[in-house]
Amino acid sequence: MAFVEKKLPADAPVVDKALNWVDSRFPLSQLWNTQWGQYYAPKNFNFWYIFGSLAMLVLVIQIVTGIFLVMHYKPDGAMAFQSVEYIMREVPWGWLVRYMHSTGASAFFIIIYLHMARALMYGSYKKPRELIWLFGFAIFLCLMAEAFFGYLLPWGQMSYWGAQVIVNLFGAIPFIGPDLSLWIRGDYVVSDATLNRFFSFHVIAIPLVLLGLVMAHLIALHEVGSNNPDGVEIKENLDANGHPVDGVPSHPYYTFHDIFGVTIFLVLFTAVVFFAPEMGGYFLESNNFIPADSLKTPLHIAPTWYFTPFYSILRATTSDFLYIVQAGVAAYVVLIYLKSSLPALIKAAIAGIGLVMIVGMMPFGLDAKFWGVVLFGSSVMILAGMPWLDQSPVKSIRYRPDWHKTVLIVFAIAFLTLGYLGVEPPSPTRNVISQVCAVVYFAFFLLMPWWSAMGTFKPVPKRVTFKPH
Amino acid sequence: MKFLNKIIATLVLLPALALAGEGYPLDHAPDRANNMAALQNGARLFVNYCLNCHSAVSMRYSRLKDLGLTDDQIRGNLLLASDKVGDLMTTRLSVKDAKAWFGSAPPDLSVIARAKASESGTGPDWLYTYLRSYYKDDTRPTGWNNMVFPNVAMPHVLWELQGVRGAEFEEVEDEQDHSKKMEFKKFTTITPGKLTAAEYDSNVADLVAYLNWMGEPEQSTRKRLGVWVLIWMSLLSVLAWRLNASYWKEVK
Repeated sequence: MAFVEKKLPADAPVVDKALNWVDSRFPLSQLWNTQWGQYYAPKNFNFWYIFGSLAMLVLVIQIVTGIFLVMHYKPDGAMAFQSVEYIMREVPWGWLVRYMHSTGASAFFIIIYLHMARALMYGSYKKPRELIWLFGFAIFLCLMAEAFFGYLLPWGQMSYWGAQVIVNLFGAIPFIGPDLSLWIRGDYVVSDATLNRFFSFHVIAIPLVLLGLVMAHLIALHEVGSNNPDGVEIKENLDANGHPVDGVPSHPYYTFHDIFGVTIFLVLFTAVVFFAPEMGGYFLESNNFIPADSLKTPLHIAPTWYFTPFYSILRATTSDFLYIVQAGVAAYVVLIYLKSSLPALIKAAIAGIGLVMIVGMMPFGLDAKFWGVVLFGSSVMILAGMPWLDQSPVKSIRYRPDWHKTVLIVFAIAFLTLGYLGVEPPSPTRNVISQVCAVVYFAFFLLMPWWSAMGTFKPVPKRVTFKPH
Repeated sequence: MKFLNKIIATLVLLPALALAGEGYPLDHAPDRANNMAALQNGARLFVNYCLNCHSAVSMRYSRLKDLGLTDDQIRGNLLLASDKVGDLMTTRLSVKDAKAWFGSAPPDLSVIARAKASESGTGPDWLYTYLRSYYKDDTRPTGWNNMVFPNVAMPHVLWELQGVRGAEFEEVEDEQDHSKKMEFKKFTTITPGKLTAAEYDSNVADLVAYLNWMGEPEQSTRKRLGVWVLIWMSLLSVLAWRLNASYWKEVK
């Protein structure tokens, strides 16, 4: 098709002419309109819907502060720790940049967990939004990797030994384990080689992947349109102009709504940065102010708070707990056989996998450390299955049976308890509690195909519930 | 739902009820972070007593100007191991010699006040109690032992100021398994030092305040700025709130 440039009258403003020039060569106005300006979002967004925008804000904060940190940080085992102190003391405003980056990391996880909670409450992962959820899940995996690699960089005691523990977990994989750990570390123990490659992953590799995934996440969202607290599809009710009657254009309504949300977040964020950057040892751990020493193992090695729920599940998997897991696997296979409508071949395959797992968990099979790693990984991976595990005919928790709310809250309590137990040193009592919570955690997901469809559902309205401000 | 909320509230508060760390109870270090005279005294004690063995490689002598000292005052009184005011606080004691003489190298003290924080107390609390818990112990190579850090390789550097103290232990039988162990009863004075107990405690408080300052020299600036930043952010939030409300009034 021949190139066409719209002609504006000679006395048109320069800005309009410039925009016209660009629009003829690049879909700038179109992009603005489809992605934000004229993107119609449901008008009944509540508090839970701010976390997506906040996540983007914190991503930008991390990248910008990260760029300035990399100007002065030295990724060398002998210089890393001191270079961070150099940034704190001698680089003008270095201390502020450092604290923003460390607080931003923890803030990112708080925001993401709340963002995921929103999805769980309102069924935002259900058809046709499964791909948004999957991209989001991939972002979550990348975020955990990014935080893990970044945590080694200060080269403190906790950095070093935390990395040592987690990389050694890969050594538990049969056959390939030790070689895999060697490949990841670049050495027989965590060393300068490990620091250099983790620096590359943290600064370049994962941020690039993260940016790509965030773009995909947003494109997928804008393609199908946003969900809302009532789970009503607003595109099913259009006005004379073809716009959803229950929607408002994101600009200016959500531009200023999100700006307000951002300012509230910044009040909390700056309060932490300026008055409690260590957050009692949870955001900046006291043990990490000791330079890494490969000859001195700390008494208590724990990951940062945002990994502790999953870490608890790993620690809960003792050889005694394996008997419970075996019983659970057997019961689940029976449940699928009797109570599901999967094809016979799939049922047979599941039974086969179940049998392999049960045999593998026997005392003569693979040790508890390996199964701990399996459950640790599974506890994260199972999140990806939400769109298919949830068989509720209704999206939002508002129109589900009331007891579904209780199930969700019990799951949240189990998750938080696992998190709390993860920061504490292990003890026999705590071990039992974490095992109970691990069972609750997995039961929530694995039994979801059944419980999510049970009960009396309430009728979903055709229009969203909205109180004019 | 209300019952569940109560459970949630209790569980959220659980971490606050976590057991305080066992071990020797820590005293609370007096807060002298904004006392320039105390910080200068602490700097004097640090340079004279600590820098012989310990280093503070992230700290420059010239940073002491933040404590109200001039270049000349630093050069004339505090520059014992280096030549230039812009130098870092390194020590001449080599790691090899330190290991041979003490058994382990003295740790760098740049961020020691931040490293010693735990459930039992803040970093300064630990340091304050540690420097006041030495006692004479002839079974140790240095002749000194410490209640906060048992069998520490560091001798009691400040012994001339505090004097020599002993520790009294009493053999106690455990109620549950009937094993015998030594329980600390109290310190005893063997030889008085140059300072009274109160004077010594105050000097240690100054030293600990200095170590706390040295761990994060920007601490006061950070908090001072933080007040203004928070006021500004709160103002912005109110403005953003009303601006947002003005747009959403139109939405039916």
